[in-house]
Amino acid sequence: MAKFSHVNSTIREGFRMAIEAIRQNKLRSILTLLGISIGVFSVIGVMTAIRTLESSVNSQLDILGTNTFTINKSPAIQIHGPGGNRKIRQRKNITYAHYEEIKRKAKLPLRVSVLDGTGERNIRYKDKTLKKSAELRGADEWALRSINAYLADGRNFTPDDIRFARNVTILGPDILDILFPFEDPLGKAIKIKGIDYTVIGVTERKGQAFGQSQDYFVLIPISLYIQRFSNRWTSLGIVFEAESADMYEKTMDEAIGLMRVIRKVPVGEENDFSILSNEELMETFAGFTGGIKIFAGSVSVIALLVAGIGIMNIMLVSVTERIKEIGIRKAIGATRRDILTQFLMEAIFLSQFGGVVGVILGIAGGNVVAIVLNVPAVVPMDWAFYGMAVCSLIGIGFGIYPAWRAANLDPIESLRFE
Amino acid sequence: MADLISLKEIKRYYDVGGEIVRALDGIDLIIEPNEYISIMGPSGSGKSTLMNMIGCLDTPTKGVYEFEGELVHEMDDNQLASIRNRKIGFVFQTFNLLPKATALRNVEVPLIYANISKSERIEKAEKALNAVGLHDRMHHKPNELSGGQRQRVAIARALVNDPSILLADEPTGNLDSKSGVEIMKILDSLHDDGNTIILVTHEEYIADHADRTINLFDGKIKEDIKTNKRIRVSS
Repeated sequence: MAKFSHVNSTIREGFRMAIEAIRQNKLRSILTLLGISIGVFSVIGVMTAIRTLESSVNSQLDILGTNTFTINKSPAIQIHGPGGNRKIRQRKNITYAHYEEIKRKAKLPLRVSVLDGTGERNIRYKDKTLKKSAELRGADEWALRSINAYLADGRNFTPDDIRFARNVTILGPDILDILFPFEDPLGKAIKIKGIDYTVIGVTERKGQAFGQSQDYFVLIPISLYIQRFSNRWTSLGIVFEAESADMYEKTMDEAIGLMRVIRKVPVGEENDFSILSNEELMETFAGFTGGIKIFAGSVSVIALLVAGIGIMNIMLVSVTERIKEIGIRKAIGATRRDILTQFLMEAIFLSQFGGVVGVILGIAGGNVVAIVLNVPAVVPMDWAFYGMAVCSLIGIGFGIYPAWRAANLDPIESLRFE
Repeated sequence: MADLISLKEIKRYYDVGGEIVRALDGIDLIIEPNEYISIMGPSGSGKSTLMNMIGCLDTPTKGVYEFEGELVHEMDDNQLASIRNRKIGFVFQTFNLLPKATALRNVEVPLIYANISKSERIEKAEKALNAVGLHDRMHHKPNELSGGQRQRVAIARALVNDPSILLADEPTGNLDSKSGVEIMKILDSLHDDGNTIILVTHEEYIADHADRTINLFDGKIKEDIKTNKRIRVSS
């Protein structure tokens, strides 16, 4: 108990000394703090930004519908080397025939539908035109479900719309805002590349994902799309929806097997198509953020190392400046441990103070990303805690030598020091 | 009466660039409670070394040092720090106060190392400052105090832990004569209150305050005389 209160009073004394020392050398202390702050800021800032991105992705994981996956020619996010890219480019396109065949043969999926998209700017209603190109999608009656959108007004495509390639269209709310700011769009005809399409429906607003609007699209029947907008590079996406989460894996296995048969992939060769699922999107994203985390981590380690050396330097100066004081304290009964604790406290206090500033700035800076992405701000308590813990370690690690030097000063020599 | 301090054959040698300096070269000294001693001698005679030795700041190269029966020459750093804290009060020529701390705070510091609670610390420190007549200067920093006041703060600091002995190293050396007289009055009355005091000085008239004068020369005691010149105020 006595021991504890002694430690306690020594720590309090050290704390007081630290504040006094910092107050007496404001500029010097601030510069030292700045080193730590920048190091902590960089790591907390990046981690907060990534956390924001992650929460944004998690909250918008409904880019695809639930229990849904898509087979495409090439992956959504390509992270292969140049050789890998060529391999993907040389894959055969996925055609409408492929879609029809797999739809006929697949037993497990709840539904199989088809989807493709291209950029198209030449879309107008009377004198109103688009400034930048919209996502023009060839779709079937399941497309809304595939892209996880809901009708706000009007009707969906019917199988007959698709079969007979009727000139009908469903608009995303962003398109609606531009072409029909004051008019009811239903039944009106818009021109896409000069050809009339009757608006039969509009969808609900989805907002942004990955910083991009998900509402800037025009849907037309896939049959029309293939006639009018396809070229030799057009490769369709086939969307599968499993009956349930339990059936998801099996459905995917069946689809992959059938696709290999249809596209005549020899046994032992890789798939010549890619599967896109929410899980895969998340994994790709996690791989990407993981890389950033490692990079930010190593930059921060270097920054903190430099900051630590700064603290050590300042503490050595501080010890030299206060040799006399150390002598006095020893003469009136301070033990080595008392002096060691006091100087160590000062180093820890310096680094902690810098750490707090860094954490606050880092969280603020990282949340700029949240503002840009329009998602709720994130306070990564765990990283804040790690940051402060690392600061303590730096304070101890780089403060121990100066403190040890102070503690081992000879009291007589120190008292004589002027 | 039991000895307060007993030095036997105390030697303290320094190695200064290969040359051995015999700062203390065989000191035998017994100090009893409530003695008032002055240590005199020319520069280099070993006054300060003896003072540091008695004050447990230094340890002998050879010899036996007993402080209230405790063997100081065998102590480690922590034990020395503890004995300095509990049993010894230092008063220095240059005051040696913490410049950024108030008078009260300066007097409080030994109590921090003695592990005394904050309320008790303040109470004791205030009492010690009252005793040296500084009750109205407690919250001033050393640079706001006169030399004599600073030395009184130093005396209050030395006494705050009720030490067994007060060591004063040229306590009037940096003071004008009037302040010097004041400080000596305080020391005299402290002795009258039962404190043991050792003064290091090279001023005859300061040494005259003491009851016993020890003259050092070349690290040895040349003279050890009971003086009793001072007209004692009987208690």
